Amino acid sequence: MLPVFWIAAIVAIVSTVMVITRANAIHALLYLIVSLLAVAVMFMVLGAPFVAMLEIIVYAGAIMVLFVFVIMLLNLGPKGVEQERRWLKGGVWGGPCVLTFILLVEVGVMLSRSGIAESPAIVPVPPKEVGIALFGPYLIGVQLAGILLLGGLVAAYHIGRPEPRDEEKPT
Amino acid sequence: MNETVRILLCVVGIPFIALNFAAGLIWVERRLLAVWQERYGPNRVGPFGLLQPIADAIKLHFKEDWIPPFADKAVFVIAPGIVMATAMLSCAVLPIAPGIGVVDDMNVALLFFLAMSSMGAYSIVLAGWASNNKYSLLGAVRAAAQMLSYEVFMGLSLMGVVVMAGTFSLRGIVEAQQDMWFCIPQFIGMCIFLIAGFAETHRLPFDLPEAEAELVAGFHSEYSSMKFGMFFVGEYIGVVVISALMTTLFFGGWMGPWLPPIVWFLLKTMLVVFLFILCRAALPRPRYDQLMSFGWKLLLPLSLLNVVVTGGIKLALMEGPR
Repeated sequence: MLPVFWIAAIVAIVSTVMVITRANAIHALLYLIVSLLAVAVMFMVLGAPFVAMLEIIVYAGAIMVLFVFVIMLLNLGPKGVEQERRWLKGGVWGGPCVLTFILLVEVGVMLSRSGIAESPAIVPVPPKEVGIALFGPYLIGVQLAGILLLGGLVAAYHIGRPEPRDEEKPT
Repeated sequence: MNETVRILLCVVGIPFIALNFAAGLIWVERRLLAVWQERYGPNRVGPFGLLQPIADAIKLHFKEDWIPPFADKAVFVIAPGIVMATAMLSCAVLPIAPGIGVVDDMNVALLFFLAMSSMGAYSIVLAGWASNNKYSLLGAVRAAAQMLSYEVFMGLSLMGVVVMAGTFSLRGIVEAQQDMWFCIPQFIGMCIFLIAGFAETHRLPFDLPEAEAELVAGFHSEYSSMKFGMFFVGEYIGVVVISALMTTLFFGGWMGPWLPPIVWFLLKTMLVVFLFILCRAALPRPRYDQLMSFGWKLLLPLSLLNVVVTGGIKLALMEGPR
């Protein structure tokens, strides 16, 4: 199973780098979808099929379709690509690279200190157990997420409501 | 050794049969439509016109494979591949009969199907966008909204079945129908799943993404040759997969008296496919806003109600301490 994990991990990293460096927004989004699919494969290998499937359905399937939908409607065209090219040039890369490098070193140090090197045995978690955990000890999290989504729904309805008609003007 | 042969046969045979089934379906559909419209349909190539799909395929292969200069080439080429790949991948989890199936017992098989059907939406959306043509784009915009919305109802309508069977595994769901097929207690779920299935495969009456009366051919206006053929076959495989799932989830899968299980499965699947074709022959296309409001204002509350009622009854009938 481990080779599958490593291949998926490499695909995920490469495609994520491509997401950042693409000038064409739709191409970047396609790479992001590939990255999400690779992460789903990793979940699958690590024994979490339920999470893997939800990753595909919710992130790759629903949210990214919405992103593609919006970018399609924006109709960026060659001008957008040009602008993105200009933004991605030169010194822009400096700051983020330094910050990310610091984070990378930190992660490396953390990993080398904790005993993750001896990999624990992989036990697949069936969907039922995920459900029991979600609606048992983590119930508060589910409820908070529900409230957040409800807030989003109300806001979306408020923005999308039909404009009140103007009062009839005297003719 | 025997086990290896069985697995190999399944892995090679099921995609092969699914593809040919889908191609043959084109002939079946044209003949059946002809019967219902009192004409002959294709009857020249081979006995009863049975070789018509082969003739069509040969013709498609020899057509000019043209990529418009204004299209986004890479995405334009990938798009028809996605629909084929996702449709074929959903075939992998279908439990055709005991011991026949590519992935024998996946504990998230149902979710895998939903995941693949949601990935299938990309094919159409990207095809419409990459064509760089306003009719294609309009078709793609419609497809994105339609498939995204109906995916929600499709998923929710199946939750009643999942609650009753207590598993996401398709094999487990079939085995749970030993006493009663789920089409009786889950009648509402079945209807919603069927309607959502029409929308997911964008078949008539819900073929608004390619409504030829107003959008030329919608998202595949710019496609020619076998790229167009792949959209076509992908759509038919989608119909077969939805029909097979209807059979699995609501009509007891391979179960039935006398005949061997695989025959039962194929028979039931064919019946649902005929229903798909009959609906195409009988129903007019709704307006786009009618489609959306029908979904969100009627199907969503109904499917939510179905989940709540099914869950409540299941909870009430549960024995012992919970």
